[in-house]
Amino acid sequence: MSRPRVRVPRKIKKGDTVTIKTLIAHKMETGVRRNKKTGKLIPRKIINSFEAKIDGKTVFKAALHPAVSSNPYISFAISPKKSGKIDFVWTEDGGKTFTKSAKFTVA
Amino acid sequence: MSQTEVSGGVHRRSFLIAAGAGSAAFAAAQFAPGIALADKALTEQAIKKVIGDRKLIEGRVSIDGPEIAENGNTVPVGFEVESKMSGGDMVKAVHVFAEGNPRPEVANFWFSADSGAARGAFRMRMAKTQNLIAVAEMADGKVYMGKRLVKVTIGGCGG
Repeated sequence: MSRPRVRVPRKIKKGDTVTIKTLIAHKMETGVRRNKKTGKLIPRKIINSFEAKIDGKTVFKAALHPAVSSNPYISFAISPKKSGKIDFVWTEDGGKTFTKSAKFTVA
Repeated sequence: MSQTEVSGGVHRRSFLIAAGAGSAAFAAAQFAPGIALADKALTEQAIKKVIGDRKLIEGRVSIDGPEIAENGNTVPVGFEVESKMSGGDMVKAVHVFAEGNPRPEVANFWFSADSGAARGAFRMRMAKTQNLIAVAEMADGKVYMGKRLVKVTIGGCGG
């Protein structure tokens, strides 16, 4: 579970705005579902936040609520001024994190 | 007379529970039956919690979704704010709310000077046909709002 995947263009033209696509396998348990056998509520466990940093500086951030679908897909735009590395961090309820990174060149 | 009213109330309640159970039966039943769904007032409260007493101006932010979503479990949603994303014309954040889910909050997004554009996309759960609301917070403190009605087909019967 939770294998993160990202799509980042390898080469970005200077001044261009490109779309980054991200996906992570996660159940996104809402906390309002009940176990069919016991009738007990299944505790909430979702990816509650997502952050993208370029060379350590936050470029995009998201807070997710249980209304976000399982296997959350998030896309957003970046327009970096110079080549660098982009790091992605997904944080689950309870604090566990999942990471992925990619490099790109700007010319 | 009062007795009729009482029994009427019971009927109404059992009907509502039955209706709730029916809608929860769609796909993997993400929302348990019997849980009250958010309404307009709750959504307004949630928006107020984020933006305070600032006035909502309609326009500049658009929220996009399918006209009819057959599967309420994964409804693709996109948003975009008209902005140069430079100088004083910056979008600080976009907050998305749903009027007909158990909780109105859906997701919040924050942007930066390297964002290039205040747009994004994700997939969300929708319990029923409802309005989606996107609220954009600008760097100058102004707050804009966009709305979109998405019809949700229950049980995937395609109608």
